[in-house]
Amino acid sequence: MTTAARYKSRVFKSEDSEDKQYVGFATLPNQVHRKSVKKGFDFTLMVAGESGLGKSTLVNSLFLTDLYKDRKLLNAEERINQTVEITKHTVDIEEKGVKLKLTIVDTPGFGDAVNNNECWKPITDYIDQQFEQYFRDESGLNRKNILDNRVHCCLYFIPPFGHGLRPVDVEFMKALHEKVNIIPLVAKADCLTPNEIKKLKDRVRDEIERFGIKVYQFPECDSDEDEEFKQMDKELKECTPFAVIGSNTVVEARGQRVRGRLYPWGIVEVENQSHCDFVKLRNMLIRSHMHDLKDVTCDVHYENYRAHCIQEMTSKLAQDNRIDSPIPILPLPTPDAETERLIKMKDEELKRMQEMLEKMQQQMHEKDTC
Amino acid sequence: MAATDVDVFSSEEKRSLSLGGHVGFDSLPDQLVSKSVTQGFCFNILCVGETGIGKSTLMNTLFNTTFENEEASHYQNGVYLRPRTYDLQESNVHLKLTIVDTVGFGDQINKEESYKPIVDYIDTQFENYLQEELKIKRSLFNYHDTRIHICLYFIAPTGHSLKSLDLVTMKKLDSKVNIIPIIAKADTISKSELHKFKIKIMSELVSNGVQIYQFPTDDEAVSEINSSMNAHLPFAVVGSVEEVKVGNKTVRARQYPWGVVQVENESHCDFVKLREMLIRVNMEDLREQTHARHYELYRRCKLEEMGFKDTDPDSQPFSLQETYEAKRKEFLSDLQRKEEEMRQMFVNKVKETESELKEKERELHDKFEQLKRMHQEEKRKVEEKRRDLEEEMNAFNRRKMAAETLSLSQPLKKDKDKKNRSEKNENQSGMSISNSKVMMAKANVEPLNCQSWWQAIQCCTCLVHNDAWKQNLF
Repeated sequence: MTTAARYKSRVFKSEDSEDKQYVGFATLPNQVHRKSVKKGFDFTLMVAGESGLGKSTLVNSLFLTDLYKDRKLLNAEERINQTVEITKHTVDIEEKGVKLKLTIVDTPGFGDAVNNNECWKPITDYIDQQFEQYFRDESGLNRKNILDNRVHCCLYFIPPFGHGLRPVDVEFMKALHEKVNIIPLVAKADCLTPNEIKKLKDRVRDEIERFGIKVYQFPECDSDEDEEFKQMDKELKECTPFAVIGSNTVVEARGQRVRGRLYPWGIVEVENQSHCDFVKLRNMLIRSHMHDLKDVTCDVHYENYRAHCIQEMTSKLAQDNRIDSPIPILPLPTPDAETERLIKMKDEELKRMQEMLEKMQQQMHEKDTC
Repeated sequence: MAATDVDVFSSEEKRSLSLGGHVGFDSLPDQLVSKSVTQGFCFNILCVGETGIGKSTLMNTLFNTTFENEEASHYQNGVYLRPRTYDLQESNVHLKLTIVDTVGFGDQINKEESYKPIVDYIDTQFENYLQEELKIKRSLFNYHDTRIHICLYFIAPTGHSLKSLDLVTMKKLDSKVNIIPIIAKADTISKSELHKFKIKIMSELVSNGVQIYQFPTDDEAVSEINSSMNAHLPFAVVGSVEEVKVGNKTVRARQYPWGVVQVENESHCDFVKLREMLIRVNMEDLREQTHARHYELYRRCKLEEMGFKDTDPDSQPFSLQETYEAKRKEFLSDLQRKEEEMRQMFVNKVKETESELKEKERELHDKFEQLKRMHQEEKRKVEEKRRDLEEEMNAFNRRKMAAETLSLSQPLKKDKDKKNRSEKNENQSGMSISNSKVMMAKANVEPLNCQSWWQAIQCCTCLVHNDAWKQNLF
């Protein structure tokens, strides 16, 4: 059940309007719905991974549009010393009156050069830049039209040809896991049999845990959700990382026209749940958790960045008073619980020592007078 | 054949004659064959590709057996090569197969040095063969030839083009070994994409001047099939050792939810083509090419490095022997020169050290002298002081004696009071007056003898204590 459907079921029925006890704030969800439809949504999605893993195809399949027209791919020779670029494509799409401004951030050149040292640096810099820009806008005087360009989600494509995560995958995810929600995907899953997929997923999950990479975790279900939803949620969690297949072409299979890939030995259907996890990814990304991704970005990643930024600034200012900061300085952050406790302890110690000193002085006095 | 031999015969015309009957030398090839069969064959394959791309699986599939192999990890620090030798037999033909695996290829973040271990390995095998060839007592027929006959380069099925690492590595290898590029895990590429992918790869290889192995088309028996196969390069292969039931047959295949990819089905992948080309048709040609082209190139470069030439400045052919002799003389003279140098250096060093030591010795000697002098000085001073002290003592004694003689004539009143006050001294009551007199006389006579004076003083004090002086005895 989609969220919209669930909320509609709580809309008050017209028969109750006669009941005098009824206040009417049950219409709030409706009002939220109306306003948000009017305002429209925005979402920024980043795709990262080596060339040739099907990133563009997957994005096209997800949003059922053709974002990558006339793309120029580099030769192997040109890629030997390639640096990572950041490209943005923005499209406005609409469905049933709901407008979505979708921005896809692409990272061509990642992992393509022969020497890939720190190839994730341009990407982390880009994400930090977006945070910084939002931070400035938020602290500015005129806050009416803040553009939110922060990256809400990063789909990381893991090649299926290996035995698990490679060093470059691990390094990339570790550099980004505290800045953006990472969703790892196993790309081009049509080269793996179901057994192999399972083995690879277990392997990747183990390695993610072993290296301490914090990928995006689905929020726990509320206990009052219905069973179907809980079951879906559980399945979803056990399926990560999703093994996906994308396709730009429509083929004829079992009498229907579906998105798929045509092989001599069969047809892979992108939306067939027994073939790949594309449907699960789409549901999760677009139909149920899009807003949660945005919330986690705002509440967790951005707040971390902001706190870090402010602390740095105040410590720097303490050293050099002449720096004129472009952002108004807020009062020093209140010491957290840990330091407070320490301060209290030290105070008590001081008091005790003072008392002891007084006692000793008294004693000395008495001795002298004797 | 040496150049001189050919010259002798070129003046004669070669005539072809027809035979009157069956002589029988058409069995020569058969003799050759039976000889080589008894000898056994040897073949070395190098598999270059990323970890997990399917190298071991393909080897298992090609030779229809299971070579033991552990799965490699992605976290190797560098690339290293792992050669394994197996003995295979089919009908009555023995094959000594060596499979060399590149472990850790393509896993590091910085892959600039990845090609080096591979190139070094190939060169080492060539070097070993060259050394064997240059030996005086050599046994080439017995030699286990480890030179790489074929390098299978596994390309990842991205569908776009070669990776930069692939290009760099193949460029370094193309002059040292026969390369056949293959597209691994080809069941992830659809037919149309595959066609485009193959064209792109071949054009990239050509535009970058990478020379891959071309199947030979000069032998009519196989030229047709070879030339058609050349057009199918790079082969898109799928490997599998699992058997799946398809229809009423059991074939090697991969089972997917959407279908079954059969390894030996030509419309599914090019595995059969690869097997034909690699093993059934061109194996011997690969060995020949390795020996005649790549090894000869290596040998030529190596010998030129060492200073050998085919013709000297006068365009007269050099004999290897003379070159050897010349080299040897050079080498020996070099050695001698070095020895001289070293000896010279040694002598110089010894001289230096000697002079240093001498210096030090002199310094020490000087110091010693100086110290000795100081010592003498001190001693002299001490002597002086002693003499001064003695003189003083003498003077003091003389004065004392003078004082004594004076005091002997007058009683000393002061002593009485002193005696009443302190009761310190023990009385030497045993001492008689005469004794003390003797003592005093003795003390007078021996002015420098402190001991006698001390005794004298003691006698005085005891006399004083005994009130002897009251009696005016002396």
